Amino acid sequence: MDLAEFFFWTVASLTCLSALMVAAAQNIVRAAVWLLFTLAGVSGLYFLLGADFLGAVQLIVYVGGVLILVIFGVMLTAQGPFTSIKTPAGEWAFSLVVGFLLFSLLLACILSTSFETLRPTKVVDDPARARSATDLGLVLLGVDDAKVAGPSKLTMVPQRKRESMSYLFPFEIVSVHLVVVLIGAAYLARAKRRRKEQA
Amino acid sequence: MWDSIVAFITHPVTVAVIAAALLMGLMLVQAIIFVWLERKVAGRIQDRLGPTRVGGKFGWLQTLADGIKLLCKEDFIPAAADQFLFRLAAYLVIIGSFLPFLAMPFGLGVVALDMNIAAFYILAVLSTEVFGVILAGYGSGSKWALFGAMREAAQMVSYEVPRALCVIIPIVATGTMSLTLIVQQQEGFFWNWLIFLNPFTFLAFWVLFVSVTASCKRAPFDLAEAESELVAGFHTEFSGFRWLLLFMGEYGSMFITSALCVVLFLGGWHTGVLPHDPTHYLGPILGNIVNVVVFLVKGWLLVFVMMWVRWTLPRLRIDQVMMTCLKYLIPISAFLLLGTCLYPLLWNTLAPGRLQWREGPGIPAAPPPSVGVKLTQLTPPAELTASVK
Repeated sequence: MDLAEFFFWTVASLTCLSALMVAAAQNIVRAAVWLLFTLAGVSGLYFLLGADFLGAVQLIVYVGGVLILVIFGVMLTAQGPFTSIKTPAGEWAFSLVVGFLLFSLLLACILSTSFETLRPTKVVDDPARARSATDLGLVLLGVDDAKVAGPSKLTMVPQRKRESMSYLFPFEIVSVHLVVVLIGAAYLARAKRRRKEQA
Repeated sequence: MWDSIVAFITHPVTVAVIAAALLMGLMLVQAIIFVWLERKVAGRIQDRLGPTRVGGKFGWLQTLADGIKLLCKEDFIPAAADQFLFRLAAYLVIIGSFLPFLAMPFGLGVVALDMNIAAFYILAVLSTEVFGVILAGYGSGSKWALFGAMREAAQMVSYEVPRALCVIIPIVATGTMSLTLIVQQQEGFFWNWLIFLNPFTFLAFWVLFVSVTASCKRAPFDLAEAESELVAGFHTEFSGFRWLLLFMGEYGSMFITSALCVVLFLGGWHTGVLPHDPTHYLGPILGNIVNVVVFLVKGWLLVFVMMWVRWTLPRLRIDQVMMTCLKYLIPISAFLLLGTCLYPLLWNTLAPGRLQWREGPGIPAAPPPSVGVKLTQLTPPAELTASVK
């Protein structure tokens, strides 16, 4: 077992253990904290796979954003019957059966896939370059290594030919969508004006 | 036998352990220096002397005495506290404070993890510190701690937005997220520094400095430690060594965010008075010693400015804090980002062909060899360079 495999087993087992504890924790705030470890473990797996950018995005979006929201919501609403979650034994049995079925389905899918034939079309020859986010940026602009027209004189960015699609426009559309969602949420959560007394 | 020793020393695990130990040592020794410096600065600004007894005339060993006192204090956890979360909170804060040290370049090649996305990674891990603050407040089981933690978390999360916008400005100006390359583009005399690149980056430095002061919970944004209002905010119930952990995290954050400001705007490790990097003249080892010293001095200077501001300005109310962020800093930093993006276009329109008006070195052809783990190589692919005339 070499170093990469050792790190993978450590991070993966910590992630799975935290995910189990999310389901098994009885205090809901502690369940949110176990969720923190799960998501941080997933980020670690991304870093181990060499996807630095994705790992950092996972940390910013999930740990720094979604989890803060979750824990605020959980802490401020965990009153009365929601502070302690005791799952009855019947529900445990049922959920274990369903979970086991899903697990065996996923395991069967993974074991029956031949990963050699699914190798990506663009193999990066230089493993040191595999961890750079430059390729992501170039694909966002629609530059493919095979369809390059040569770099422009002013900047050193290769120019794109017409055939390759850039992901910039869908990215912009999604951003506008998110702005719409933000405005809608702010409107829904506004402080409502008090009604004047009826005469 | 010599070969096996060399193989052991250059093994990635050994190098990683040594790098981590050096960074941890830097963070902790700095905390000692900063505690002493804070008390001296506080004393001087308040027209008194500060510590003068322990360890000689200037009280050099005052922090040692403080540390021993804190170690000897009783470590109690309140009965209403959630044991697991209470203990976890301090560790999360110090983890969130230490992780950015891994990607920060202290010199040319003196970086633990030379990432291509170093600036983005630092923003990402700095945002995990909020969680420690929230858990500290909630896990204390006291309403003052919970109020303080909620306010602090809101403040830290809100100020992440102008901080990120201002970090994007040098990224746009230099075209790379790798901090080593950003610093290398500021090589030469001090007018090559990004703060003097255009008026928008000049203002962006100040906005970034204010944002990181706020996100480090330093005055004038330090409602967590507002003694007259909240006892001590989220760290009310933390005493002894746990409090020391939280404060080492805070001083570590202060230094690393100051270092981020230095790297992005103030030329990183460059002296600003030499036309080339010191490694050009003195070789990699001696030159890098100069680089690291210059970098640390610049970072400590900005931390000193943070302390100076703390003891000069009165504390802001929570609504003033949020108003500053939402109504002032975010629009200002968005405008600065727009300005930085459009500035080359404006310049090229008014004076076409004169875009590269400074003769500093541009983007280097090859990245420097890293002392630590080599993870990136930023030369363009062969088919691109082959088609360049």
